[in-house]
Amino acid sequence: MGKIRIVHYINQFFAGIGGEEMAHIKPEVREEKIGPGLALEAGFKGEAEIVATVICGDSYFGENMEEAKVEVLDLIKKYNPDLVIAGPAFNAGRYGVAAGGVAEAVQQELGIPAITGMYIENPGADMYKKSVYIVETKNSAAGMKDAVDKIVPLALKLVKGEEIGSPAEEHYHARGIRKNYFTDKRGSARAVDMLIKKLNNEPFETEFPMPDFDKVDPNPAVKDITKAKIAIVTSGGIVPHGNPDHIESSSAQRYGKYDIEGVMDLVEGEWETAHGGHDPIYANQDADRVIPVDVLRDLEKEGKIGSLHRYFYSTVGNGTAVSNSKKFAEEFSKELVADGVNAVILTST
Amino acid sequence: MVKEIERAGIPVVHMCTVVPISLTVGANRIVPTIAIPHPLGNPALDPKEEKALRRKLVERALEALTTEVSEQTVFDVK
Repeated sequence: MGKIRIVHYINQFFAGIGGEEMAHIKPEVREEKIGPGLALEAGFKGEAEIVATVICGDSYFGENMEEAKVEVLDLIKKYNPDLVIAGPAFNAGRYGVAAGGVAEAVQQELGIPAITGMYIENPGADMYKKSVYIVETKNSAAGMKDAVDKIVPLALKLVKGEEIGSPAEEHYHARGIRKNYFTDKRGSARAVDMLIKKLNNEPFETEFPMPDFDKVDPNPAVKDITKAKIAIVTSGGIVPHGNPDHIESSSAQRYGKYDIEGVMDLVEGEWETAHGGHDPIYANQDADRVIPVDVLRDLEKEGKIGSLHRYFYSTVGNGTAVSNSKKFAEEFSKELVADGVNAVILTST
Repeated sequence: MVKEIERAGIPVVHMCTVVPISLTVGANRIVPTIAIPHPLGNPALDPKEEKALRRKLVERALEALTTEVSEQTVFDVK
């Protein structure tokens, strides 16, 4: 077999086209290796080459998933690749969703092996880990070398149809697949070994991890919306001008609570976004595009809702750790309950 | 965040553009919106039309909040 032919999928940022202001670009192809493709190809040490790179803006993909997938697949299949690598996307949420979506579609519709890489908290990992191999990466592009070192050996096995080891051995996100194999110790002995380790506070690996079923059942509907006090919460990073609480533009460590008593409309120059994960221009021009204060005030006046809660809560959902956003919301939800809020509108960008 | 608000006992509607992410994070009432950088607006419209669009989306969110659901439900805007 000659060199393995790879088509590489990346976003506008890694292609060097631009940041968020270019996230709307449609899929395009270049017959060369670009950005992370250089490190990837080098990792294959001559066994494979990147024959083309398909680039798509993350917002375009996120907002037009079905069309974008078709367009990307059309570009990819022209090159008859043996393998498609998407990303790695690290902790970039939209990029992860795109990379996972592309990898899944390539496998299902083109029948070509595909692989991607993501940080464990990337929403794309949860969405696609069952259908494609997603290598576990660090949470930022600083982990590129580590990602390449994990992607290359697994990719080679996929292309060559070799047996793939366990998630721990091959460093991919567990896919929930159980495999039978022979072992020299029977189950009862392994269980006792594990128990002894547990009693001695030593590390051990379970053979049957419990799936994470953290679902919260929906609350009953609001009975009378015309009497309800409604609060706004956002991950879109809307803050008073100047971002007084210094909410981070990514990986937020804090949230803000802002008083909107008497505010009928969020005007430019008084409100803005702290979000660093998308083009801020539209939110800075008119923050009502992210949190609909103007419309809720109208509905309040018309008696269509009881009232708009005096405070809104805001953070930046951009690579922000799940543990942080959980902690923020646990805290402010207690305040919302204490303040007699009946319903929440949560907006995300 | 949506899950913690729900867990605290307050019905919550998630308005966002990338619905699959919303489903993954466990939102139960979801209203799809316009675009990632401007979920509740469209800069291509004149201000009056834009506000009318925003109102339609918010009214749909209020419908979502007043509708009983037993599982994750997407309330598309017609």
